[in-house]
Amino acid sequence: MIGWTIFYLLVFPGLLFTAVLGLIVGWVDRKVSARVQFRVGPPLFQNFNDFFKLLGKETIIVRDSVHSIFVLSPLVAFGVTTLIAAMLGVVLFYGFGFGGDLLVIMYLLMIYSVMVILGGSATGNVYSSLGAGREIKLLLADELAFIFVCLVPIIKSGYQIRLEEILSAQSGGLFVGSFSGVLAFIVGLLCIQAKMTQPPFHIPEAETEIVEGPLMEYSGPLLGFWKLNQAMQWVVFPFLLIVLFLGGFNGAGWDILWSVLKYLGIVVIMILIKNTNPRIRIDTALKFFWKYLTPVALLAVILAVLGV
Amino acid sequence: MGWYKRRLSKSLWVFHVSGSPCNNCDIEILDLLTPRYDVERFGIKLVGSVRHADVLLVTGVFNKKVAPKIKKLYEQAPKPIFVVAVGTCVSGGCCFKDSYNIVPDRGEVIPIDLYIPGCPPKPEAMIAAVAKLIGVLNG
Repeated sequence: MIGWTIFYLLVFPGLLFTAVLGLIVGWVDRKVSARVQFRVGPPLFQNFNDFFKLLGKETIIVRDSVHSIFVLSPLVAFGVTTLIAAMLGVVLFYGFGFGGDLLVIMYLLMIYSVMVILGGSATGNVYSSLGAGREIKLLLADELAFIFVCLVPIIKSGYQIRLEEILSAQSGGLFVGSFSGVLAFIVGLLCIQAKMTQPPFHIPEAETEIVEGPLMEYSGPLLGFWKLNQAMQWVVFPFLLIVLFLGGFNGAGWDILWSVLKYLGIVVIMILIKNTNPRIRIDTALKFFWKYLTPVALLAVILAVLGV
Repeated sequence: MGWYKRRLSKSLWVFHVSGSPCNNCDIEILDLLTPRYDVERFGIKLVGSVRHADVLLVTGVFNKKVAPKIKKLYEQAPKPIFVVAVGTCVSGGCCFKDSYNIVPDRGEVIPIDLYIPGCPPKPEAMIAAVAKLIGVLNG
């Protein structure tokens, strides 16, 4: 039993699978972005080369930083991401619950953001702390809408918070097929865009403005782990949406094509949103989430309670 | 080590250091990074922080105020780091060679691995030079 747990965590739906898939999808992201800009784009193993190169570089621990938090925060964030990936993957690929439900995943996602904030503010750099502050504001902006989005499948599955119950409640019909489900799915797509700090919500990491924000002072393997976390999020967040709204994967026969299509569809929509929108300001982001998306998500929750 | 150097040669992240140039080379470097030349094909990416850099692209004659800053930037970069000098200024001083406040030998401030002559060098010349650097790394 303990052997299987380690296998789930480290090999199949967990670390190895998520990292490899995430780095490949990160390449898809860069390649599609390049094609949008009429470029050729990087080769297939570019992200692997980047990661292994970063592992061999020198790690500089900044003298003004809080050393323990500076070193630990990328590693804790990496552990948290692996844990979420394993929990979602086990439900999707094996169909049983693995040590946690939707609430645990919501907390773990928040811990990831907290780790970015801690890591950024521990470096003692002005730009990093600016980025950490912006990450807090972005978290305040998208968190409530994201909680409402997660509430919709809970309500529609008859107040179940276990992931496998939410999946089995969708065997009759996908949650995205109903009106409240569509609303929540669209809001959720924009929320995960903000949670992954992808453009147009890459306010904390604005490369041209505050030089990658919280990651600015990181170098070598620690930066590699941050980059790997960001790559793994290309797997974690689409999988979360697939569990909540799109009814999971089905590995039998032609359905496997449909499963791949669900994942690639979400990823390509996110990449196209990313490439067609410029970065917005932090106040615009707050206004966008609090004024427009949160009421829509609340409407979706009310509709879900009414059973529409 | 050969395996790691091949990985390194396929993913050179570039940081742009301007050591009191006339801005001509800087404009050409920006041209190099536009979609027309698309250096992301070779895994070359412009980064904003020197902590992420593998290559420092240095331009200009270093004047006496900038030279200590450039030395500090070089020391802040994680090793292994390569320095590519863009333009005739870094190698020969170009038309500023008799000026009173420049550092006479730029190679003494930081170790320079590769010189690209030209005033300014064309983006094609820079790509050829970086390809040579990749060739050196691959042995």
